[in-house]
Amino acid sequence: MTARRLALSAAMMMVALTGCGSGETTDQRPQGGAVTGAVTVFAAASLTESFTRIGEDFETANPGARVTFSFAGSSALAHQINQGAPADVFASASPANMTTVVDAGNGDGNPSVFVRNQLVIAVPDGNPGRVSGLADLTPPDVKVALCAEQVPCGAAAVKALDAAGTELIPVTLEQDVKAALSKVRLDEVDAALVYRSDVRAADEEVDGIEFPESAGAVNDYPIVVLKNAPNGSAARAFVEHVLSGPGQAVLAAAGFQAP
Amino acid sequence: MSRPDLVTVTPARSAPPPQSRRTGRIPVALLLPAALGLVFLVLPLAGLLIRTPWSTLPQRLTEPGVLTALRLSVQAATLATLLCLVLGVPLAWLLARIDFPGRRLVRALVTVPLVLPPVVGGVALLLVFGRRGILGGWLDSAFGFTLPFTTAGVVLAEAFVAMPFLVIAVEGALRGADVRYEEAAATLGAGRWTTFTHVTLPLVAPGIAAGAVLCWARALGEFGATITFAGNFPGRTQTMPLAVYLALETDLEAAIVLSLVLLTVSVAILASLRDRWLGSS
Amino acid sequence: MTGDPNCPGVDPSPPGDPSPGPAVLDAHLVVDRGTFRLDLPLTIRPGEVVALLGPNGAGKTTALRALAGLLSLTGGHLSLAGRHLDHPGRRIWTPTEQRPIGVVFQDYLLFPHLTALDNVAFGPRRQGLDRQRARQRAADWLTRVGLAEQARRRPRHLSGGQAQRVALARALAVEPALLLLDEPLAALDARTRLDTRAQLQRHLADHPGATLLVTHDLIDAVVLADRLVVIEQGRVVQMGDVATVTAQPRTDYVARLVGLNLHRGRADGHRVLLAGGLHLVTGDRHEGEVLVAFAPSAVALHSVRPDGSPNSWPATITGVHRHGDNLRVQLDGPVTVAADVTPGAAAQLRPAPGRTLWAAVEAAETRVYPASAVPTG
Repeated sequence: MTARRLALSAAMMMVALTGCGSGETTDQRPQGGAVTGAVTVFAAASLTESFTRIGEDFETANPGARVTFSFAGSSALAHQINQGAPADVFASASPANMTTVVDAGNGDGNPSVFVRNQLVIAVPDGNPGRVSGLADLTPPDVKVALCAEQVPCGAAAVKALDAAGTELIPVTLEQDVKAALSKVRLDEVDAALVYRSDVRAADEEVDGIEFPESAGAVNDYPIVVLKNAPNGSAARAFVEHVLSGPGQAVLAAAGFQAP
Repeated sequence: MSRPDLVTVTPARSAPPPQSRRTGRIPVALLLPAALGLVFLVLPLAGLLIRTPWSTLPQRLTEPGVLTALRLSVQAATLATLLCLVLGVPLAWLLARIDFPGRRLVRALVTVPLVLPPVVGGVALLLVFGRRGILGGWLDSAFGFTLPFTTAGVVLAEAFVAMPFLVIAVEGALRGADVRYEEAAATLGAGRWTTFTHVTLPLVAPGIAAGAVLCWARALGEFGATITFAGNFPGRTQTMPLAVYLALETDLEAAIVLSLVLLTVSVAILASLRDRWLGSS
Repeated sequence: MTGDPNCPGVDPSPPGDPSPGPAVLDAHLVVDRGTFRLDLPLTIRPGEVVALLGPNGAGKTTALRALAGLLSLTGGHLSLAGRHLDHPGRRIWTPTEQRPIGVVFQDYLLFPHLTALDNVAFGPRRQGLDRQRARQRAADWLTRVGLAEQARRRPRHLSGGQAQRVALARALAVEPALLLLDEPLAALDARTRLDTRAQLQRHLADHPGATLLVTHDLIDAVVLADRLVVIEQGRVVQMGDVATVTAQPRTDYVARLVGLNLHRGRADGHRVLLAGGLHLVTGDRHEGEVLVAFAPSAVALHSVRPDGSPNSWPATITGVHRHGDNLRVQLDGPVTVAADVTPGAAAQLRPAPGRTLWAAVEAAETRVYPASAVPTG
């Protein structure tokens, strides 16, 4: 059931993307001259939907360019980059993992924060438990999934809970935000603290409940061109596109906040 | 009466087992890939050892989370192995001894957890044993008992992934065992159950031990199904592989130390069991 | 002494048993397996040892497995000690473990994980004896077979002869109504076989139940059995006491088994016309279809036609091999025969394949008996 819904939404997304692409193709001319060749972008898993869309737009604007993505956990990507993976751009879901890369001397210039993400309470569709804030998650019979503290969404959750002064014992500390969200989708937990963008991506199955304390735990997403980028000029063009109006619009539509 | 040599057929007495000829030369065609294979298996371990922060090792080892995760890992893997023995040995017996329609299909189904990505296995377990699962929902409503996010859930997830190793090993042992011993037991008045417990099981004990060891080792290293089905909570569901994975997010050295602990403990246990159960052969 | 010829397959209880007394085993084993059919009437009295002989593939093992309940009859019946164990026509079937039997398997099948004592105690335990009493009975049996000192050994630490005796003790410890022995000496070397055979004979003589010995070794049968049943291709070809069967073979297989030349012919008084066209003068007097048997040692070989011998014919040597202290010469000619010659005679004859000699047999050395009563399969 869940799998079919996932497949359906993926198919709908494909239709939307291709439709959008064909509508905009014709009279857009590349602005900055010749951006050509392959660009390899290592991006945090939470950027999967929005960056795929941005990549299509970028290719439309630059017919000579091809964007290839590797979506994974930010820390895994950071390890791979520091081990010499041939990437042009790194978009991280946390400043810490970006620091790892930059400290290793693998960044070309300073990273720029291109987007921010804020925690919301993810609850099953229709909010059967009538959750309205963090306080509703504290009773012992309410099962809550958090991210593990080692991953960005978990660190953010700890910060938010501290800010709220809420004692919350989760049933599980998930390895990443998607895993936490999937526990909500499967109805194994009553709520999870995840990013607003993740809830937006799973719109049909989960609802996002905003809570004020999340303002104290906003997560910055930095992006950087890598020092050993095989295609540096195209990499810079891609980063510019992400920071530009059209790029930001796509990210905002996916639930991210502007920096 | 003279001995009837005309027809006496010397009973085909099996020739004495050929003494293994210890010729000095080992074929290079075997030795070379064997050596490469060993290097291939051992090098990553060496990689871990090279990066081990030996100076801070004692301090890291005594961190409370390490022992907790280790204890939980060993306990859960052992319980999962017991569960696999209780369910898997009879299943292997059925596959090896009873000719029922669809046996080939059943045998193929047994290996499903081997090919299924463990994370998918975990999701599948949730769909069955989860709070809203086919069986889990009933468990919840009837007994108020849910498996996900519990140690029992860890055991279940590990058993699911590890059981094929046991079933395949035991079925192979049962097929290799001489069924005529079971016939001999029957002629002495033993029914099927007594024959199974008193003759078949002891005969295939080495195979069961080997299967249990494989099963335990697989359960000990289980990650994907466990974290998906049982989640991750220190002391309850966080086994060593989960701890290692999360440590990797922030602290490579901690992850290496944890991996090393897991490796050392498992190798030590397996080596001691091997000597005791499987003999020196 | 002549056996009472009979027609198996017609009468389910064969009259080949000369002695009175109720049979402990009363069976007519019918097993169909593809193109093979076993059809074997069999009765055994208490204390009697019957040897079931036959070439490979004759159905000996099938018969043993059917008696043990390791395969079921497709026809006929099987009752043991007054109990109906298998009767397909009446839908009666008793599984192996509920049959009062003991089996000594060809390679013994001692449980490798149990000591000799526990192997023997296995059956008594299943009969409900507690561990201590079962072990006591097992120890008694091991003492009887002379293995008290080996009680604590596991099978892999026993010699072949010892293992055989443990297997016998294990089978007898359940005090079976029917003891089944499947080639019990086949796995032993010649020397051990001699000793073990003698001991086995003693224990079988003490066994109050019925015993069926499956073998293709005539010596085993002759030494151990009271009565022989010979089967070929699933059918009884001859049965009777040992002396009759060995003296009057009825098929080529039995003749080879007992080491006799056997020929079919037509008798007219003291003259028999053999199938090959040869006339033989015989000591016995008969009319009609007969079988003529004579030992290879009764065949004399001459380099020239012997004078005054009515039973001589030219024969070509097809093979020569050692047989005991003598040479056995295979001869072709009007009839195919084997002849035994002493080394001294061989030195003069120089028998070599291809050479033609004269063979002769004394009339008094032949045995003639009616062929009509031969049960044919």
